[in-house]
Amino acid sequence: MDNSNNENQNDGDDMSTQSPATKSLGDVAAKRAKQNMGGSAPLGVGLEARGVHAWFGKHLALEDVSLDFSAGTVTALIGPSGCGKSTFIRTLNRMHEFIPSAAMAGQVLLDGRDIYEPGIDVTKIRLQIGMVFQKPNPFPSMTIGENVLAGLKLAQIKHEGNKDDLLEECLVRAGLWTEVKDRLGAHAGGLSGGQQQRLCIARSLALKPKVLLMDEPCSALDPGSTLRIEDTIAQLSKTMTIVIVTHNMQQAARVSDYTAFFLAEGGPGHMVEVGPTNEIFSRPKDERTENYVSGRFG
Amino acid sequence: MPAPTAETPDPRKLTTKHRASDRLFRAVVTTFSFSALIILTLIGLFLLIKGFSTFKEQGLHFFTTAGWSVTQDANGKDVGHFGLSAMLLGTVLIALVALFIAVPLSVLTALFLTFYAPERIRTFLVSVVDLMAAFPSILYGLWGFFILGPMAEYWAKLINKYLGWIPFLSVPQPSFTRSPFIAGIVLAVMIVPIVTSVSREVFSQTPLDRVQAAYALGASKWGMIKAVVLPFGSSGIVGGAMLGLGRAFGETVAVYSVLNIVFRPNWHILFTQGGNVASMIIGQWGEAGKAEVSALLAAGLVLFVLTLLVNFAADFVVNRAVKSGR
Repeated sequence: MDNSNNENQNDGDDMSTQSPATKSLGDVAAKRAKQNMGGSAPLGVGLEARGVHAWFGKHLALEDVSLDFSAGTVTALIGPSGCGKSTFIRTLNRMHEFIPSAAMAGQVLLDGRDIYEPGIDVTKIRLQIGMVFQKPNPFPSMTIGENVLAGLKLAQIKHEGNKDDLLEECLVRAGLWTEVKDRLGAHAGGLSGGQQQRLCIARSLALKPKVLLMDEPCSALDPGSTLRIEDTIAQLSKTMTIVIVTHNMQQAARVSDYTAFFLAEGGPGHMVEVGPTNEIFSRPKDERTENYVSGRFG
Repeated sequence: MPAPTAETPDPRKLTTKHRASDRLFRAVVTTFSFSALIILTLIGLFLLIKGFSTFKEQGLHFFTTAGWSVTQDANGKDVGHFGLSAMLLGTVLIALVALFIAVPLSVLTALFLTFYAPERIRTFLVSVVDLMAAFPSILYGLWGFFILGPMAEYWAKLINKYLGWIPFLSVPQPSFTRSPFIAGIVLAVMIVPIVTSVSREVFSQTPLDRVQAAYALGASKWGMIKAVVLPFGSSGIVGGAMLGLGRAFGETVAVYSVLNIVFRPNWHILFTQGGNVASMIIGQWGEAGKAEVSALLAAGLVLFVLTLLVNFAADFVVNRAVKSGR
């Protein structure tokens, strides 16, 4: 992937050759690219996958994916079910290895350093690379406030400064503050699905991660909650690198700077192509990508 | 909304004609499943009827005094003085010692088996722990008497030397053999399997998404266990502990082998006097006269009710935990 973060230079000249469905997604992506013009300097830290393979037992689920996530960008991973995109995102913060018999090959570089390096403390890696899951998973025995700060306690980090301020900051950034500020002591189980998911985002933010991985964060939510989460992603992308797996191509077009298309085709999952989102949705290089984003299969 | 045009009918009764073979099988399974309840009720009734005369004669003294003797009055008639207080106190003390040792041991074992042990070691250890449950209690008793007793006597002396200022760890005389403490250790070994098995079951049901949430927040394994597994499994641990308590109350032979049973309330757990309802019944049985047999059966009823209550409480705790989804 291009490292320059100039996603807007391809904007606007590509509407002539596309089918209507593709065109509209291309429009969405182009609009987003335009909005991001003249943004501030990218923050966060880049992440780079080099030749990542993943196995479950003897079954090769993911083959040779190399992908560069530049600092401060949002990258969407799209593709049909079973194409390995969730497996791939889970190799990026070493959650893959919790599945018994799971194995991987290749490198994942955070700020230039391999997170699979022998002797590295994996818990420290996960502090820098946060993750939001498909199903909202707040800790039900904790209150809303305790959930947000749970990571500090779990990782035994001493927060310098006022914890209430941090709590408010995280909830504001996750777009949940106004809805819960009067009931921070209530149990998290009482929130709606969409609120729980934003709570999980706030919980990740409290650790000030440099990268945030989101594995289909909206697939269990209604459209209204989905839009709230997308707003949140747009806000967060100003300060961190985001990788999002999604089945919803509209969402990929709305929130991401880059899109990577994955496919299994009966064998191990692999990456077909990656590029600026508006290009992937308007004039993909590969015919299979074209077919997928235009809704002809998958 | 349009007005209903007809009256709402009553729901129809849904019936099926069962085949003869189905009816027969139904009768068989119903009978067998109720037989457990019937047998338990009959045992309770038997104890109540046989022990009734003791409850009537001794009244509340049966629970509050500590003596076990039969004397003859002026007419040569047998008069019993029966009191269970020392035995009840002893039963509870020994069970508490057993829980105090067995619960931490079991929870740690269950955590190891669920989250740390490699597959092969897990399978092996699980069958070893299950075997512990099936081991005959007389063998635990003999082991307690010959091997553990002398060792535990030494530990008891050490505990007494350094922690003797705590009231229940003091002793009236320096005699440490066959104490409730030693009986408690033997019992602890015996209830470890059940507490481990229940805890393991609950721990293995910890929702994966919460486990992942903790790991994704940079938790270490121990941090994850503390934040997710223990809160989720706490009611299971309590339930398992109470099932263990139920067994500890009723255990007879092993305790009888190691405990010096004396009809005097003793709360110094390191001291050589103890009581235990079940073991006392076994000990007194051989030379008991008619009045004493009634008293022993009454004691049996008390033990029966006590065990029943603890088991009900355990069921309640575990079920409530399951329903509330933890």
